[in-house]
Amino acid sequence: MAASKASRIGEEIWKTRIDKVNAELVTLTYGTIVAQLCKDFEEDYPEVNRQLDKMGYNIGLRLIDDYLAKSNTMKRCSNFRETADMISRVGFKIFLNITPQVTNWTADNNSFSLVFDENPFADFVELPDDGRAQNELWYSNILCGVLRGALEMVQMQVEAHFISDVLKGNDTTEMRVTLIRYIDDELPPEDD
Amino acid sequence: MSSLPSGASSGKESGLRVPSNGKTIYHRPINRTKTSELSQASFAFLFSEMVAYAQKRVKGIQELEHRLNVQGHSIGIKLLDLLLYREPVRTQLRPQHIVGLLHFIKQNVWQHLFGRQADRLEKSTDAEKPDEYMIIDNEPLVNQYISVPREMSQLNCAAFVAGVIEGVCDGADFPARVTAHTVGEGEMWPGKTVFLVKFRSEVVEREAFLAKT
Repeated sequence: MAASKASRIGEEIWKTRIDKVNAELVTLTYGTIVAQLCKDFEEDYPEVNRQLDKMGYNIGLRLIDDYLAKSNTMKRCSNFRETADMISRVGFKIFLNITPQVTNWTADNNSFSLVFDENPFADFVELPDDGRAQNELWYSNILCGVLRGALEMVQMQVEAHFISDVLKGNDTTEMRVTLIRYIDDELPPEDD
Repeated sequence: MSSLPSGASSGKESGLRVPSNGKTIYHRPINRTKTSELSQASFAFLFSEMVAYAQKRVKGIQELEHRLNVQGHSIGIKLLDLLLYREPVRTQLRPQHIVGLLHFIKQNVWQHLFGRQADRLEKSTDAEKPDEYMIIDNEPLVNQYISVPREMSQLNCAAFVAGVIEGVCDGADFPARVTAHTVGEGEMWPGKTVFLVKFRSEVVEREAFLAKT
């Protein structure tokens, strides 16, 4: 599917088939989740990153059903490039109303970046000025888990991590997504 | 994550780094997302993870509700300032009476968070309890996709919203305890929830004193 068509589909679904809530309710709720994790793990930020990723993974496992039901394409993406476009222009569009830019492909077409001009999770956010958070905390790390979980359910094992974040003083917010392998038919792992 | 410098080796830095284009929260118009929307599904996914996570770290329903309450509390404190700031200048005053405060919560806070006002506001009819008020929501948005298992029927995850209310009250200097209680009303409103606002005694005293002067 052409990228422009994916954009149209995403736009159309967002406008007509999505129940909406105030964006700040979502932003503030996410904020309180991260803040609680930082407190529970006593500012052990690498552990907070892991917890966020885990939460995202749990969400992804279920979110994919919603995605498939709403996007209604019921057609497998023909290659990983198409998958990337659908993630950005349909997936991110219908859940977060943003379309991160898909870019920086590797030559083998197995790895790309999502560059976020907008990130609703990070509105109102400033990391703690403790000399560590800006080095260690990936504030929006839940999104990596979501992608990992959701794609696993459609038989793609991927690895996703942020490589830059404006909250850390970088000029962009960028996530790397790498296809590890297509999973052969097997039972999905237990949801924890 | 292994490529990141560890806290020990990076040492203490003074101040936060900012992007070279200067895009920080201080440059972002505070009203930019005032009317923005996101999908309700995203909220539901986050909220359910929040509850599931909290559940793993508590023993019993009361503790769970307390945890959700605490997580809402910090939101309430901030919302009070944010929503007042967005009011027209002449109505930017903080509420100075209990009823004014409760109306602010029922109208402004609810409208902002949930896209509609709360359904009702009541004062306890019990003369022994002049410190108790109730905010009633027939169908709390946060509970829409939550199904409570039978053995936990006491649980109401709107404890999170109770925390928000408590935060607003505390922030406005009307310290209170707020709890969420399910009072299902037949098939029409099975999830009807009463937020019981119990102000501290000094709040009620002050109110009585102000009424006299």
